[in-house]
Amino acid sequence: MPPAENSPPLNDIQNDVVRQEISEFILHEDERRRIIALFAKTNPQMQEIAAGVIQGAHTEVDALTQAALKAETSAMEIMDDGLIAGMAIVGIKFRENFIFVPEVLACARAMKAGMQHIEPILSASGIKPIGRVIMGTVKGDLHDIGKNLCIMMLRGAGFEVIDLGVDTSPDDFIDAVEEHDAKLIGMSALLTTTMPNMGRTIEAFIDADLRDDVMFMVGGAPVTPEFAEDMGADAYGDSAVECVEVAKQLATKLNG
Amino acid sequence: MNDFLQRIEESSLLLSDGATGTYLQANGLEPGGCPELMNHTHPDVVQNMAAQYFSAGSDMVETNSFGGSRYMLAKYNLGERVVELNRKAAQLARSQAKPNQFVLGSIGPTGEMLEPSGTATETEMYEVFCEQVRGLAEGGVDAICIETMSDLGETTLALRAAKDVAQVPVITTMTFDKGPRGYFTMMGVTPASAAEQLSAAGADLVGTNCGLPIEGIIEIVAAMRNATDRPIVTHVNAGLPKIIKNEIVYPDLPKHMANLMAQVVEAGANVVGGCCGTTPAHIRAFSEHLQK
Repeated sequence: MPPAENSPPLNDIQNDVVRQEISEFILHEDERRRIIALFAKTNPQMQEIAAGVIQGAHTEVDALTQAALKAETSAMEIMDDGLIAGMAIVGIKFRENFIFVPEVLACARAMKAGMQHIEPILSASGIKPIGRVIMGTVKGDLHDIGKNLCIMMLRGAGFEVIDLGVDTSPDDFIDAVEEHDAKLIGMSALLTTTMPNMGRTIEAFIDADLRDDVMFMVGGAPVTPEFAEDMGADAYGDSAVECVEVAKQLATKLNG
Repeated sequence: MNDFLQRIEESSLLLSDGATGTYLQANGLEPGGCPELMNHTHPDVVQNMAAQYFSAGSDMVETNSFGGSRYMLAKYNLGERVVELNRKAAQLARSQAKPNQFVLGSIGPTGEMLEPSGTATETEMYEVFCEQVRGLAEGGVDAICIETMSDLGETTLALRAAKDVAQVPVITTMTFDKGPRGYFTMMGVTPASAAEQLSAAGADLVGTNCGLPIEGIIEIVAAMRNATDRPIVTHVNAGLPKIIKNEIVYPDLPKHMANLMAQVVEAGANVVGGCCGTTPAHIRAFSEHLQK
């Protein structure tokens, strides 16, 4: 597929791994243009970090991040141009079935190896994350693989996530919102029997007069867009990748 | 030869049972409650379930032990009762089986991932499966059905545990999702590689369950048929759940599924039954529609 005329050429990207990943796995034209543009403005050191994330090479990402910080690259740049840019490619590969849960977990681990050096610097300098999300599997449901995957992808995209774990009661969600001053809530369920507890949680927010302060996104294997609408959720995500897209949209709405 | 395997060999088609969870929910299981605990608290309900499936036409029923591993039961603080609850599960189903009716010991996913994706070691997970199989074997099962699996590593450990501890035939069925590049489990296994690799690992029957409406199952069974000469087993959902007026509804009615089940058989299935949302009425419809 030849690049569109006005898109930056793939050759603007110096890193071989990143270039090859884009040409092999980013197949939709619009997305390809967006990703190439994203990387074209990054420097080779950041591309190397991104490549490490894509390959799930956590020791390399750890070392490269530390080296970049030592060389006085800003924490923000490392996060955006290295770690998050790498996860952008990972997300697309996952959505398109080129990689699956084990590979994504390895990539998320690599991302985390870099973020552990970045986070303290960002929070010390008062830089806010793009959003703060409360995540939990609803009451009665003990399944967390999907939720955890969403959390990793959200953190990979620069969100701060407060993880309430499994079997989260409506009160736990309400308490967490108040404690952490968060406005975005993600609820997960794997069991059809516990899906209605998503709606019950939303009702609890209505009863507590807090519904207008927050936004809900929901997901999980048996959850459908229709069900999400039915219960009064603000958004539905079909996968961990969509979860990030949805969270970004809701964060924009909340900030706007 | 084991009676169960002999029966499979002699028959062109056998019927398994329908959903366990759906039945238990309709008969007293609280949302979020532990299904396996009902083997102790509500033995009559669990027995009735087996009786109803057998009388609807099932040649075999599954035990109420899907989440009966230590990993799963520990979430309900029942981690010390693995052998007991699995033994009871098998005994309850066994008590309803007449000659030529069989009991399959159900083993579902542990909910844990093997290293390096997760924290479980192979040894630890193998031992967890061994413990569950021990309970099922003590209660008396004709075969073990390892189901709803997504990871070949986990499935193979369960298979090995079943063979080592119970010395009975083993069925393995995996759960697939349809993505942009075809059918894969969440861990990236295709139907063909599942059939091929689990046959090679010693599964006596292979197949697929849950995850998709019956239209998808037809394609998966066909792909598996091309990849193995083992008999194929499938337990099919009554469609994907919808919520109608706060009630969970599985949309595929017995007659609709029974009509399409002929295509599942044509695609290569040797044992068919139901997964989430199916009832004794579904099994009765399969029994009436299908030429056995």
